[in-house]
Amino acid sequence: MKKFSVETSLSYPKKGAMGKTGSWRVFKPILDKKKCVKCLRCWIFCPESSIHREKDDSVSIDYEFCKGCGVCANECNVKAIIMEREEAKKN
Amino acid sequence: MQCQSNYHGTRGGEEKLTIMIDTGNRIAAKAAIMAKPEVVAAYPITPQTTLVEAIAEYVARGEYKGEFICVESEHSAMCACIGASAAGSRTFTATSSHGLLLMHEMLHWAALARLPVVMCNINRVIGPGWNIWTDENDSISQRDTGWIQFYCSSNQEIFDTVIQSFKLAEHEKIVLPVMINLNAFILSHTSMPAEIPEQRVVDEFLGKHIAHWKSDIDNPTTFGNIIGPAYYYKVRRAMQQSHLRAKKLIPQIAKDWKKSSGYFHGDLLEYYKCEGAEDILLSMGAIGAESKIAINELQNEGQKIGLARVRVLRPFPTEEIIKLGKQANLIVIDRNISVGLEGVLFNEVKAALFGTSDIKATGFIAGLGGKDVTYKDIKSMCRKAIQGTSKAQEWYAMED
Repeated sequence: MKKFSVETSLSYPKKGAMGKTGSWRVFKPILDKKKCVKCLRCWIFCPESSIHREKDDSVSIDYEFCKGCGVCANECNVKAIIMEREEAKKN
Repeated sequence: MQCQSNYHGTRGGEEKLTIMIDTGNRIAAKAAIMAKPEVVAAYPITPQTTLVEAIAEYVARGEYKGEFICVESEHSAMCACIGASAAGSRTFTATSSHGLLLMHEMLHWAALARLPVVMCNINRVIGPGWNIWTDENDSISQRDTGWIQFYCSSNQEIFDTVIQSFKLAEHEKIVLPVMINLNAFILSHTSMPAEIPEQRVVDEFLGKHIAHWKSDIDNPTTFGNIIGPAYYYKVRRAMQQSHLRAKKLIPQIAKDWKKSSGYFHGDLLEYYKCEGAEDILLSMGAIGAESKIAINELQNEGQKIGLARVRVLRPFPTEEIIKLGKQANLIVIDRNISVGLEGVLFNEVKAALFGTSDIKATGFIAGLGGKDVTYKDIKSMCRKAIQGTSKAQEWYAMED
């Protein structure tokens, strides 16, 4: 990877450049693998690449980076993903 | 200090030259085209229109091979230049007054993204009331966007400054956008001769544009995205450091240009008959040129007065102003006003002098709304300042 010497806001491809954004989440997507038909709409639409696609086209959710936007649940035609409120963090 | 007036050298050597007698706008267009920008994006606005039309003529005649994008607004013009520059192209645009103000957000963007866009701005009044004559409040209000700002006073200087601006903007130690300001009508629509070197001279001087960063599918990056406070703090400091470096590079690039073309326009200030002066007049743009006649006449009358015309407002020539402040009392004429304070040049000159000098500084506001400022007016202001009869920051020739 070639780095530019100019000091401006350039970011280079890197996993989690902004830290573990999963901590921002208020609602958590819960995947029901039994309902999933492997259409991959959630994988296509996830804006944060937090849906992982396996070799057999089954999917899993990366909770370290998922911000809980709910796009996947909205896109899922068979309602295999539902949003649940995160439990209040213990102080 | 050493004062010099070295702006009238003739081009040496056996170079083939063209004397072009034309308006400031058309000479700016000639310079821009000779710099061979890959992309020009512009929207017409009086009094810049003839500049864009001249570029369109180069396109029509097949003399300009780049991409000329007719956009629907100045905001789009700057956005197109930002996009083209971010893709690694040399870019040029031109605007004026309200057009410049419409660009405001994107001016910050171009500077913070470190994109070396070069732009001519024709200094025109901001409305209401609607007025197309000259004053400098349009570009003054863009002073803090991070752009390097030149103010020209002749068509030859416009030509030389536009060419040098590409070199400066794209220099690896600068990488910032540059704005070349010329007064509406007084320069933009007034024909004056300018010596134009051969294309080869410009090509050799500028070289091929090398982008210091660009969008590149082989080296993917995200640009303009979120950065935390600590990084942003660094981005701002880096801009400041580049501006400070520009103070040294502007004269250096001008010297190189003189070697290849014969003309020197490049100090941060143009000094005129400052040797032994007890009073020095500071002004910008076309008033600076008119001031030379006033200085000649005042000197003939026995006044020890010289002229220092500020060519570069950003970066601000603090060190040069301090030197002047050790030599003479300063008289500042502003064709702009920071409403609620005073003329911007006057204010910044005094700030530069703080703690280094106890000389007298006198400020005048003059020529707002395009009100004529003749050499007689300039003489009158100088006399008032020398005699100490002017009011603090006087509005010269205000007819109540």
